[in-house]
Amino acid sequence: VVDWLDIGVIAVLNGLAIGLLLFVVAVGLSLVFGMMDVLNLAHGALFLTGAYVAWAFAGDRPTWTSWLAALAVAAAAGAFAGGGLSLATEPLARRSHLDQALLTLGVALVAAELLSAAFGDDVRGVNPPPGLDGTVGVMGNAYPSYRLTLIGLGAVVALAMHLVIERTPLGALVRATVADRDMVAAAGIDARLVRAGVFVTGSVLATTAGVLGSPVFNARPGLDGTILILALVVVVIGGLGSVRGVLVAALLIGQIESTGRALLSDLASFLLFGALAIVLAVRPRGLFAGAIGGRT
Amino acid sequence: MSMVMRRRERHAPATGAPGGRPPYRPTHARFDRPAVAAAAAAVAVLAAAPFFLAPYATTTLTRMLIYALLAASLDLLVGITGLPSLGHAAYFGVGAYTAGWIAAHATPAAPAPLLAAAAAGAVAAAVGGWVAVRSAGVFFLILTLAIAEIIQQLAESWGPVTGGSNGMYGIPATLLAGEALTNVANLYWYVLACFLAGLVVLWSVSASPFGATLRGIRDNEPRMRALGYRPYRYKLAAFVAAGAVAGLAGGLLAAQQRLVTPADLGFTTSALALLAVVIGGTGTIWGPCLGAALVVLVRDSLGPGLGGHGPLVLGLVFIAVVYALPRGVAGLRRTRRSRHAPPDTGGAR
Repeated sequence: VVDWLDIGVIAVLNGLAIGLLLFVVAVGLSLVFGMMDVLNLAHGALFLTGAYVAWAFAGDRPTWTSWLAALAVAAAAGAFAGGGLSLATEPLARRSHLDQALLTLGVALVAAELLSAAFGDDVRGVNPPPGLDGTVGVMGNAYPSYRLTLIGLGAVVALAMHLVIERTPLGALVRATVADRDMVAAAGIDARLVRAGVFVTGSVLATTAGVLGSPVFNARPGLDGTILILALVVVVIGGLGSVRGVLVAALLIGQIESTGRALLSDLASFLLFGALAIVLAVRPRGLFAGAIGGRT
Repeated sequence: MSMVMRRRERHAPATGAPGGRPPYRPTHARFDRPAVAAAAAAVAVLAAAPFFLAPYATTTLTRMLIYALLAASLDLLVGITGLPSLGHAAYFGVGAYTAGWIAAHATPAAPAPLLAAAAAGAVAAAVGGWVAVRSAGVFFLILTLAIAEIIQQLAESWGPVTGGSNGMYGIPATLLAGEALTNVANLYWYVLACFLAGLVVLWSVSASPFGATLRGIRDNEPRMRALGYRPYRYKLAAFVAAGAVAGLAGGLLAAQQRLVTPADLGFTTSALALLAVVIGGTGTIWGPCLGAALVVLVRDSLGPGLGGHGPLVLGLVFIAVVYALPRGVAGLRRTRRSRHAPPDTGGAR
């Protein structure tokens, strides 16, 4: 019984860390998706870029300077990529979802190839910054202190996002754009700026999450697809453009990925599918759709 | 359906006698004499190809036919029903694994592995479609992607049956009338025959009243619902039919490669199939076949010369096609023809 409890505590904490990391990735995807109706399939590639940046700067012997430099470079790369994606999808605004998805899919393929050409096909491990590479005792279990930091950091980002979106004029603008883009444009606000801003923010969050997540996931080819799928499932379960929905869904998926895998290793994929199927059968537009906007 | 037809009829050009209305002929089911001649010529050239090509080129052509059937089955969803699936390779892979398993553990005698592959593709598509078809737009894209990813994870983790990440290897050669298909040319003709059979199935579905209903759903779902159709059932049926033909194509892949890996049902394969459909032009069945030939050519023939960076070229092609060729290669023909016939409102939405 004690063993089960120990496994349970570790798995739940891991799930919390993965879930909050997923939240940071998926909230950008969800905003781009909810506000701009653009399905950005290059989002996973952004995360992987961040992870490789972490390896290139920090690698297996990081210092705080190199770690912070990795974060800064990844954020800059994310801002640049987000601006580029915003410009690239602009001419397709009135075209079908498929065309936008195809464009970002092409970008994702190119990015994955370039990353594999630059960094090779090996798994590139990244260590946490000094001071956070040890373990701490949690209910008698040794637990990596970096993951606890990750949980704290994720909670701070989630709270900050919530406050910005729900309590500030900027957040009001974002919510208004999710609800009715054309009305916002009619009110005299430059839609292109809002669009670029959302794209840049979402991409910066994705690349930063890549740096933060690199000690957990390691940088490797194929990670972009894994993260993209998890983030997409989070967005679908949470509902379009809803920060609260993304948080709840990310925590749920984090637990399924961690606790589910620890308890029933082979069936975890089915749990993911099952959660998706059940949510869509009950709430076809996601758990929190309608909270702000309900447009497809 | 009749509404859609009547609308087309109203726009149809008056090519008949003055004062008389021309008989209704749907644009998608027309037996043009030039079209029939072109199809017959294409089949003749394809059938004669092994006599002129080196064995390696014949093998490449075999692979092109397999991926062409996959792309054509995807076109039934993307182009005709308006359901853009990002995970169609899953049903292709399910067919491939099933055919491989049947050949290895039951019988490699000719129709059995292929029929099992088509059936397995249909069953998997029925399960996946049951969830995916409920949704529309971006949600459909995401769901098909997620379901395919889960099927791939299953292929990777169900080691005893699928061989895990090493794949299923040592699949015995298909037996046709008691003889093993090991000769490159014989295998090619076998694949060609099955390819043509699959294409005829897709074409019949597309040209039937059922196909017209699917086009109606693609163009105006609320109106079809108002007319008393249940779009969900039709879309699910289309999804299952496309899954069955994709499963058939997967069975052919298992017969040719005699090796099935999780990559065969992965996201990259789905993306290539979709690229083939988009390059070739949606909603035409033949366009995606040309697109698939082009994609396989770039990946297998030019890829090695580029240091294994075929996907890089394909990614760039993706980006270029989206901007430059919104209706694909078949769209070029359509624009030329549009002086005579009303353009199809085709394309996935």
